[in-house]
Amino acid sequence: MSVAVQPQTGSQSDKEGRTSFWKRPDFWKRPEQPYVHPYLGGILLGIVLFLAFFITGNGLGASGGLNRLVVAVEDMVAPQHVDRTAYLLKMAGGDKNPLDDWVVPVVFGALAGGFVSGWWSGRLKRETNKGPNISVRSRWMFAFIGGGLMGYGARMARGCTSGQALSGGATLSAGSWAFMFAVFAGAYAIAFFVRKLWN
Amino acid sequence: MPFPLPLESLIGKPLMFAVFGLIGFAFGFVLEISGFGNSKKLAAQFYFKDLTVLKVMFTAIIVAMVLIFSAVGLGWLDYNAIWVNPTYLWPGIVGGLIMGVGFIIGGFCPGTSLVAAATAKLDGVWFVLGGLFGIFLFGETEQYFDQWWNGSYYGRLTLMDVFGLPTGVVVVGVVLMALFMFWGGEQLERIFGGRNLAQEPKWRYGAAAALVAVAAVVLVIGSPTPARKWTWLAPQKEPALLARQVQISAAELLASQADDALRVVTLDVRPERDYNLFHIRSAQNIPLAELPAAIPELHARQALNTVFVVVSNDEQAATEAWKLLTAESVPNAYILEGGVNQWIATFGGEDPAIRATPAAGGYETINYVFPAALGDRYEAAAPNPHEWDLEYLPKIKLQLQRDKSGGGCG
Repeated sequence: MSVAVQPQTGSQSDKEGRTSFWKRPDFWKRPEQPYVHPYLGGILLGIVLFLAFFITGNGLGASGGLNRLVVAVEDMVAPQHVDRTAYLLKMAGGDKNPLDDWVVPVVFGALAGGFVSGWWSGRLKRETNKGPNISVRSRWMFAFIGGGLMGYGARMARGCTSGQALSGGATLSAGSWAFMFAVFAGAYAIAFFVRKLWN
Repeated sequence: MPFPLPLESLIGKPLMFAVFGLIGFAFGFVLEISGFGNSKKLAAQFYFKDLTVLKVMFTAIIVAMVLIFSAVGLGWLDYNAIWVNPTYLWPGIVGGLIMGVGFIIGGFCPGTSLVAAATAKLDGVWFVLGGLFGIFLFGETEQYFDQWWNGSYYGRLTLMDVFGLPTGVVVVGVVLMALFMFWGGEQLERIFGGRNLAQEPKWRYGAAAALVAVAAVVLVIGSPTPARKWTWLAPQKEPALLARQVQISAAELLASQADDALRVVTLDVRPERDYNLFHIRSAQNIPLAELPAAIPELHARQALNTVFVVVSNDEQAATEAWKLLTAESVPNAYILEGGVNQWIATFGGEDPAIRATPAAGGYETINYVFPAALGDRYEAAAPNPHEWDLEYLPKIKLQLQRDKSGGGCG
């Protein structure tokens, strides 16, 4: 990835010798870089999406991978229950391994890629991003609720922003375009009423 | 059309998973550098202050789209072999509305929350936990609305089908629409977010022009016709046709129809008139001229063990149909050897209702006279496979398909 981020490695040449490199404070506290321009980010994301389709025939995905993680845990805890639920059966019935699917390595790759990029650009910081008028606790609670709605909706729509909007959008799937406008409509319809969360 | 690659058979499963892991890595990396690990930046989209979400998403979509359809037009990429999300209209729309509400309340979508959690954003961690819970809840409640969830199904429906427009026109239209949205988005940022547009980089005009140019190229080269695809594929596929490896005997068709391990779809490509006179039971009538329009349906219906057998009076129309199916990468396509004439010669000898006429020869003539248009109500239309234990040289070999059934977020 040739990304327009210049590493400003200040004191890499120090001679502390014995300390392992990951224990040095400056290894984890790299200077914070600005985000790339949205259009550049979009072009890079588009190239990644194209390469995914070109090489593998599949697009990108996230919620599908999380779904399979959930089902894998359910299959470990209550295999009989999985075998009785038709929806789960398709992924984990009998000796099927729910993790045996392309979207699972994509999810782990995305975690690793986000981590490395955050570290490289000095954004690897424990923090809670929130609006000024809401407490950290409330922000966590709303994040959990929003995540729950997202997870539920994404499974209902058979895909999330990555698997439906990006992948289906680029391949011109009619349903994915309808889905995409529904997501924006849902968010804009509610945005005014929850403005205290963010403003 | 060498792409997409059949990765699993090419490099094996572990390396295939490594490729997907790398794609995921690049995906997460790009989301992070675009600021998608930060919920404040994401939520600002919905207050018109910072339209990063719109810009990144739609830029990614149109860049990937023009690249995909250029590659398709040039014959490098097989559009039939890539995953196009099937349309389940209402579950998609209702699910999308729920997600939109979750987006503005929680501040992320599933992909971006992964990146946020990976960079130690605690709200991202809580969002991921909530997402896992929501996913769990869906798995437990899907049974109560299973029918609705599997309804309003339109298969592999594309915008080209909806608007009845050629691919190139849709591609150009989507690019222009996105550019218009970017322009509008920047105006909103100026009004609501106080952004000085004079400081925005000038290269974005060049990038927009480049996108329009590539879209125009897609418009000019268009999508390859089946005939053109066949000329690309002929060196690879024609030998099997000439060596008669894809022409299965009537006996094999009958045995395969009775074989529980196979799902045989018999496609009768004759005119409806001939089909009404006599056809093999369970054969579906799609006249040759209408076959191109039915290709998406065939792609949507196929399972791993689906075998398509095309049938005409002799073999000529069926061979045309086979070439079309092959060019459109419908897997496991075969031709009924000798067509309906051969079928009746094999199974209809004792049927007094059907009378043979001297073979007239010529294109697609039927060598029998039928008392009435009884369709499949002749004995010969549905012979009992247990009574006819004929010997034949088996030719059907199930081909492993590409793993595209998982699809999107599935």
